[in-house]
Amino acid sequence: MDTKLAMHTKNLNFFYGDFQALFDVSLDFGANEVTALIGPSGCGKSTLLRCLNRMNDLIPETRSEGEIYFRDQPIHGQEVDPVEVRRQVGMVFQKPNPFPKTIYENIAWGARINGYRGDMDELVETSLKKCALWDEVKEKLKQNALGLSGGQQQRLCIARTIAVEPDVILMDEPTSALDPISTAKIEDLITELRKRYTIIIVTHNMQQAGRVSEKTAFFLNGVIIEAGLTSDIFFNPKEERTEAYISGRFG
Amino acid sequence: MSASYTGQKSYYGDGMAQNIARRRRHGRVWHILFYAATTISILALIVLLLNIFNAVFGFVLIEDEVPPTELAPGGDLESLSQGELISLLEEYLSVGLIRRFNFEEPLAERSVTDLAALVQVRIVNPTVIEAWSLQESLFQSDMIRAEHAAHPGTRVQFRSWLSARFLVSPQNPRPQLAGIRTAFFGSLWMIIIVIVVAFPIGVAAAIYLEEYARSEIWYNRIIEVNIYNLAGIPSIIFGLLGLAVFVRALEPFTSGTVFGGVDPTTANGRTIISAGLTLSLLILPIIIINSREAIKAVPSSLRESSYGLGATKWQTIWHHVLPASFDRILTGTILAISRAIGETAPLVVVGASTFITVDPKTLFSKFTTLPIQIYQWSARPQSQFRNVAAAAIVVLLVLMLSMNAVAIIMRNRISKQRRI
Repeated sequence: MDTKLAMHTKNLNFFYGDFQALFDVSLDFGANEVTALIGPSGCGKSTLLRCLNRMNDLIPETRSEGEIYFRDQPIHGQEVDPVEVRRQVGMVFQKPNPFPKTIYENIAWGARINGYRGDMDELVETSLKKCALWDEVKEKLKQNALGLSGGQQQRLCIARTIAVEPDVILMDEPTSALDPISTAKIEDLITELRKRYTIIIVTHNMQQAGRVSEKTAFFLNGVIIEAGLTSDIFFNPKEERTEAYISGRFG
Repeated sequence: MSASYTGQKSYYGDGMAQNIARRRRHGRVWHILFYAATTISILALIVLLLNIFNAVFGFVLIEDEVPPTELAPGGDLESLSQGELISLLEEYLSVGLIRRFNFEEPLAERSVTDLAALVQVRIVNPTVIEAWSLQESLFQSDMIRAEHAAHPGTRVQFRSWLSARFLVSPQNPRPQLAGIRTAFFGSLWMIIIVIVVAFPIGVAAAIYLEEYARSEIWYNRIIEVNIYNLAGIPSIIFGLLGLAVFVRALEPFTSGTVFGGVDPTTANGRTIISAGLTLSLLILPIIIINSREAIKAVPSSLRESSYGLGATKWQTIWHHVLPASFDRILTGTILAISRAIGETAPLVVVGASTFITVDPKTLFSKFTTLPIQIYQWSARPQSQFRNVAAAAIVVLLVLMLSMNAVAIIMRNRISKQRRI
């Protein structure tokens, strides 16, 4: 293994009631890499993403088998608190969902509840700067975050996630609700954030996966069909189905 | 038009225009039905209000025991001096009564206005012997004139049964002196008890059921179904429950005897706290259901973004779920409390006093409330009490409407803070 692992799963099975959504998923996520999860709708890629920070615990009547490791520590153990997992493995959602509070409070709230002791103004400023949002909002930190455009809201959500200093950021189709210009900004941001964080991104946009990720995993019906370097997946797929999906013949 | 513009055969046929006309006609019928339904409800409301106001205002026929013109020039009692008023009182009233007035507050120290009012009530002693509705007053002046002529020594006066005096006077067996004060304070105490008891318990139960209880467990489902059923139980049954539990079983507490400060020989459980607790139970299921709906309406994206940052369940509830649902919780609660204000049946069972003239002073006071008072007045044989009851209904309506207005203002203010 050439890179250090941020997270990996081993024979992960996941069930919504009687419906099995993931079958024996074993996948490695290298530290400081961007991994893209692709596949048609309903193939289980979002489910996997939500397993990685135990978000699925919140849905009743779900269960999982197998192991998920965060830096070689299992995150499903009895002694592991999902709250701690979610702080270290942050999440950005498909639809921008800032809190209906001020821009400042959106960043400060997560830090405050996690017991941040530093200078809050500074944290807000650096978090917004890392997301290239500072110049756009520095005059209106006390205004409601819902007044921002969709793209700005999504960058604010990323800023709020990195303010609690996670190691891994999960992104669930973060640009599917945004226009091309906002999408480009988010993609630039992902490239920038890669230096510091491990990013796992679910996307329906093949070009996006190609642009931002080093590794790609292709899912079909809850099974990993193929995983590896993005360049290999896109240009030398071993599987017929991978090639068919990427070239747009189905999905 | 037998084929579409592409020249292919169309299954939509020729009669497209007729078809549209038929569909529109269909829609128009429903439109008219909806319109009629709205009109009927508004008409019903107007009739209700007219009916009330018809009884609140109108001419009355008054008979004075001693006409004021005999007491003062022009009948203006306030034009007399303090000394003249006192001598009038001493002339007409018994020595014992004068002594009692002096004991309450020496007559010599009372103002001219107070003394004139005393002379008005005690000596002039006007009695309403006939009251007409607003409609009769406006359109049947002949009848009123004839009635006036038939009763020599009387005068006709336009009277608003709803007046400042009506608001501040306690209950009285004579309709023209009766007031709403005792019942108003009774209702006010009741609202406060209901808010203090039912609101926190109801919201807390709603939070538990919505956020903590796992609905797949059988007993949680039983609780859920039962709360919905409780909301539909007739209020009189809650009255019987209150009678058995608060008035009887918990009498030492609800009568206040264990806390001291009340006379144990006369104290019983028919107190304002028993009534307040009964009404709290009555509206608890409604508050729980409304609050649950409010909490359920909070989008899951808001919860997820909170959990995603490493918030605990309680932090998520306190910082996001409750603020986002608070406006709806508040509206639901106020509607439930409005229902409590209007309840009569359970209070009759719990033992509201039908005739009481002292304001409730503690939680263990005897009490009456606005709807009880209205019910009691409208059951009296003297027809003038209908007018008094109508005036009390106006007070009740104003109280309810102002509570609803407060709820709407608070809700708008909260939602404005949360949106842009």
